[in-house]
Amino acid sequence: MKIAVCVKQVPDSWAEKKMVNGLLDRENVDAVLNDLDEYAVEEALRIAEAHGGNEEGGAHTVTVISMGPDRATEAVRKALSMGANDAILVSDSALAGSDALATSAILAKVIADGGYDLVICGTESTDARMSVVPAMLSARLGWAQLTFASKVTVDPAGKVSITRVTEAGVDEISAAFPAVISVVEKINEPRYPSFKGIMAAKKKVIDQKDLAAVGASAQSAWSQVNDATPRPARAAGVKVTDEGNGGQDLVNFLAEKKLI
Amino acid sequence: MSTVLILADFSSDKATKTTAELATAGARIGSVTAVVLAGSGKGAALAATVNQGPIANVLVVESDDFASHGVAASADALASLVKEKSPAAVLIASHAFGKEVAARVAVLTESGIITDAVDVAADCTATQLVFGGSTTVHSKVSHGVAIITVRPNSVEADLSASSPAITNGTATIGSDAKKATISSSQPPVKGGRPELTEANIVVSGGRGTDGNFAPVEAFADSLGAAVGASRAATDAGWYPHSHQVGQTGKTVSPQLYVACGISGAIQHRAGMQTSKTIVVVNKDPEAPLFDIADFGVIGDLFNVLPKATEGITARTN
Repeated sequence: MKIAVCVKQVPDSWAEKKMVNGLLDRENVDAVLNDLDEYAVEEALRIAEAHGGNEEGGAHTVTVISMGPDRATEAVRKALSMGANDAILVSDSALAGSDALATSAILAKVIADGGYDLVICGTESTDARMSVVPAMLSARLGWAQLTFASKVTVDPAGKVSITRVTEAGVDEISAAFPAVISVVEKINEPRYPSFKGIMAAKKKVIDQKDLAAVGASAQSAWSQVNDATPRPARAAGVKVTDEGNGGQDLVNFLAEKKLI
Repeated sequence: MSTVLILADFSSDKATKTTAELATAGARIGSVTAVVLAGSGKGAALAATVNQGPIANVLVVESDDFASHGVAASADALASLVKEKSPAAVLIASHAFGKEVAARVAVLTESGIITDAVDVAADCTATQLVFGGSTTVHSKVSHGVAIITVRPNSVEADLSASSPAITNGTATIGSDAKKATISSSQPPVKGGRPELTEANIVVSGGRGTDGNFAPVEAFADSLGAAVGASRAATDAGWYPHSHQVGQTGKTVSPQLYVACGISGAIQHRAGMQTSKTIVVVNKDPEAPLFDIADFGVIGDLFNVLPKATEGITARTN
């Protein structure tokens, strides 16, 4: 099987984020591999391992695919240190400010050219939190959409089934290869890169491509930010210490605010 | 007058309050047509429940593909209606299903997309609260039809009764949309409590519960509230992951949020700090969540919550 995992480098979720000229300021914050993409990397590795592994020269490969600036190699390298075989990073200054539609178009082109059986993504990035790229990839590629998976079962002969878990309930869904999968947090426990893995990742190939090499052109964002204003910080209100009356104080507060 | 399509949202075969919220926002832009995607023979019954909010027309499309091919089939149908009706905007509920339908419709109709709007103005400008609610953003789709997903419980719904004209339509569902097949579907386990993202009141528990959510649940039930949990609590297996509030869980924006035994890591705040009123119960006076609480009780939740539950029950009986 050829498995691709889409990952994104995002600002550390602890970092304070700011908008500059209608875009998230990515320059002045620590950048990390999107938390939720680690589950996708882990799941891809587990699928390969369940069917003989992704050792060099073996039957299965796990390729990391990302789009981002040069420094996104750090996030890609982390996915490689977890055990992925190789990576493709699309990096081109013309792609700065891409929206989800533009990003999905570039990723879909790379995926279509790579001849993968499965593409695995996290459910969302922790910066934009849109949850739309996996569905967009499926629509663009014309592949089956198997998203919000809490369980993935693969038959390497070309069939994949998932358990989809959302607020609408639980669905059992299956499809033939190729398919786009997104996995929810909790599907697995992502491994920490081992020392050996980190050392090995330094030697793994990150194929960095610009738009010309991908054979695609940049598309401007189809939505624009008019303005972005920091909201005033919430001020702390009344604080009481429970000396037996805390519960009743709480009820009185709710009654005063007409919340009960 | 321009047309606005909304994708009617259902729960247990009834239109949700979210449907009326979408209609309320949509009516600012134009005449609202609610699209009802139903299984064969089920359209009339579903359409009859779309009776609240400023809805001029209900357009019913029946196909068994919606149940067997889910998001992709629904998106194909909606996209074909968008091409047919050329609406000014398409408004869809901002949950997993709605966002994915919107994503595919945006691709299929070559339109820009905005997700998680908390408000939509007459000129289709969407308001979003980003970075965990710390920044307000106004943005606008600049290509094709404005595809906007609206967060439940954000727009104040006009719940007045309406009797829209109901018509039946057809829509095209392509073969690519039928590549994934749903073999079984189970509705969410309700447990008698409201859905977390739609609830007016949410009571959440964290590390301070030490695994015992009974007082949190009892207090929630006295208020008719949904129960949430911090990541620490769901990671420990104390409460189902589906109830996690925070950056990697659900984002809630209720009238009242009560955090019990939750210290308030920035990731948790990201999921709840746009709540209208925040109450914090924690025995650690230094818990950072107190900084954004309208009312804080420094005390053990195992003492405070049962007394509060008693107090609420006494008032309502």
